[in-house]
Amino acid sequence: MALLQIAEPGQSPEPHQRKLAVGIDLGTTNSLVATVRSGEAATLPDECGSHLLPSVVRYTDAGVIVGQAALAQAAVDPFNTIVSVKRLMGRGISDLKGLQGEAVYRFADTDGGMPYLQTVAGDKSPVEISAEILKTLRARALATLDGELEGAVITVPAYFDDAQRQATKDAAQLAGIKVLRLLNEPTAAAVAYGLDEGAEGVIAVYDLGGGTFDISILRLNKGVFEVLSTGGDSALGGDDFDLALAQWFLEQLGGTEVVAGESRYLTEKARWVKEQLTSHEQVEVELVHGGNAITLEVGREQFDQLVDSLVSKTIRACRRALKDAGVSAEDVQDVVMVGGSTRVPVVRQRVEGFFARQPHIDIDPDRVVAVGAAIQADVLAGNKPDSEMLLLDVLPLSLGLETMGGLAEKVIHRNTSIPVARAQEFTTYQDGQTAMMIHVVQGERELVDDCRSLAQFVLRGIPPMAAGAAKIRVSFQVDADGLLSVSAKELSTGVESEIQVKPSYGLADDEIAEMLKASYSYAEDDMQARNLREQQVEADRLLHSLDQALDNDGEQLLTAEEIKHLREQMAILLALRNGENAGAIEQGVQVLAQASDFFAARRMDQSIKSALKGHSIDEIEGDA
Amino acid sequence: MAITMTPAASQHVTKYLESRGHGYGIRLGVRTSGCSGMAYVLEFVDDVADEDEVFDTEGVRIVIDPKSLLYLDGTELDFVKEGLNEGFKFNNPNVKNECGCGESFNI
Repeated sequence: MALLQIAEPGQSPEPHQRKLAVGIDLGTTNSLVATVRSGEAATLPDECGSHLLPSVVRYTDAGVIVGQAALAQAAVDPFNTIVSVKRLMGRGISDLKGLQGEAVYRFADTDGGMPYLQTVAGDKSPVEISAEILKTLRARALATLDGELEGAVITVPAYFDDAQRQATKDAAQLAGIKVLRLLNEPTAAAVAYGLDEGAEGVIAVYDLGGGTFDISILRLNKGVFEVLSTGGDSALGGDDFDLALAQWFLEQLGGTEVVAGESRYLTEKARWVKEQLTSHEQVEVELVHGGNAITLEVGREQFDQLVDSLVSKTIRACRRALKDAGVSAEDVQDVVMVGGSTRVPVVRQRVEGFFARQPHIDIDPDRVVAVGAAIQADVLAGNKPDSEMLLLDVLPLSLGLETMGGLAEKVIHRNTSIPVARAQEFTTYQDGQTAMMIHVVQGERELVDDCRSLAQFVLRGIPPMAAGAAKIRVSFQVDADGLLSVSAKELSTGVESEIQVKPSYGLADDEIAEMLKASYSYAEDDMQARNLREQQVEADRLLHSLDQALDNDGEQLLTAEEIKHLREQMAILLALRNGENAGAIEQGVQVLAQASDFFAARRMDQSIKSALKGHSIDEIEGDA
Repeated sequence: MAITMTPAASQHVTKYLESRGHGYGIRLGVRTSGCSGMAYVLEFVDDVADEDEVFDTEGVRIVIDPKSLLYLDGTELDFVKEGLNEGFKFNNPNVKNECGCGESFNI
């Protein structure tokens, strides 16, 4: 029998329609999966009750091993056991030279681009290796939550660039997980503490993990988190605390020579002492060295002294991040602690001292990111009433449509938070026009040709009217997944047509970045191009209407000489219109408009005469 | 007419209500849908309707509408673990048959 969870009022799911969504913290050292059940977000343990999955993948002849079992073999089988693969995500081979500690792996020779690691199971890319970790988490989620997964929110560091984000998405796809959204890790931590429910404010997220340190300064504004600055040290973490303590052990033991395997033994002891010292002031540790067992007393004060310079390094990084963000420590409203190493009392004290406020520590710092991701996933899967909808994402590029002359008219501007709906009214360009092509484009450039085309559809059945008389309302709607639907409606008749597009999936992240850059560097060109097109459209409109007028009434109202003169003037404007000089076209339009004024006046007279023909003055006054 | 709850169920309901931060109790109910006729409703309660019946069991308020009560009379709400999965289970004496997954049932 399926087991039930408590839903929000009125939100009980239909049988077999429960929307299962998880949050995944894909970490450098450890990964976690969490979900919301009966309104409570919690990480999911494996069969052994362990929540943390070491982010370690070992390839063997017999298959792939992920997690604790793989980690245990890391020292024995280093080439086939991949640790900290996150450091390789989205990196090219050339980027890796600067990363430390990666020399242990054998990189396959490739033509550049993505690095491949040689293992007994063949060459593996970082994306494939990450996918193994994600597959293990997915299996854990499925075993726990009977039913199919709607999707997952996966967290990434705030400083991840587009290539690294794309690589993370690819890994998820490979693992058979639909990515509801990638969420910045510090944002997830803030969400876990419900800080997104506040109106606005500056939040600092201090994340000290096993091997990495990140500080992020966020600004919350109307439910949207903006990353003001990030900083940190990719080679500083709790492991360094262990090393410092192990080094001290060695000094106390009077040994300078480290026997093979001893450094590992000492760091393991050091880790144990560090963990004990989070809840005890003093701890005794027995060390076996050179055949003798020695008992050492370690006090918290001693430990604090050993790690002092390391903690100071993180505080300096905090100061820099604040400076980059252009805010001061007093501006920070909330400080969130993330990462197992923030359990160390001296770390908490120093952070509290620096920001002069009590940091948030109630949620397990190892799990807080996954918990926040799960809360967000639950909302995106549609398990919460609309009023509690989180607005966390923004549109990366503007959405708009093509107007006359190949111009892109923006309907929703970039950086607008989604979900969002906007409508704009358009009209017909020609008399009697009965259909309208709606061409949806995305980008910052002024001309359609320079933007990305997303979709086209035709609105038919517009009643024939004079140009400019029809009112066509085009509505753009983007949901939380970035799914865009565009509908067009002619307001007098109600004829309607619509289309759905997925803008974010149509564009790779690096394409988005590229398009954005182009819009800045071509801003000047674009402005001129837009101006030119606008003048060309104006010229076309005048030429077209004059042409029609001449055809209809020319012979009746004008002398042959006058017609010839007008045709000549029109030819001049046409030549200007096909040129590149917007100013000249504008002038040409004015000249022709003046030159044809008398013709327009005669047509006006004539139409009044024909309207009055056969009617008495009384009739007309009666109508008025 | 009575609805009861096992200690395990009340313990979890209390915990979930606490973590939610507000709420009067939980609502049990049935509605017509699903592959085998009826489906259970299990929700937090913020507002109690006039016609609702409220049972105090194990320190938790169970809210139920009179129509659902006809189908749920004698039901015991339990909280069970099955492998890694855990959740609530309706032990309903009125059920004649249910669909394979137990998410919907017939009286």
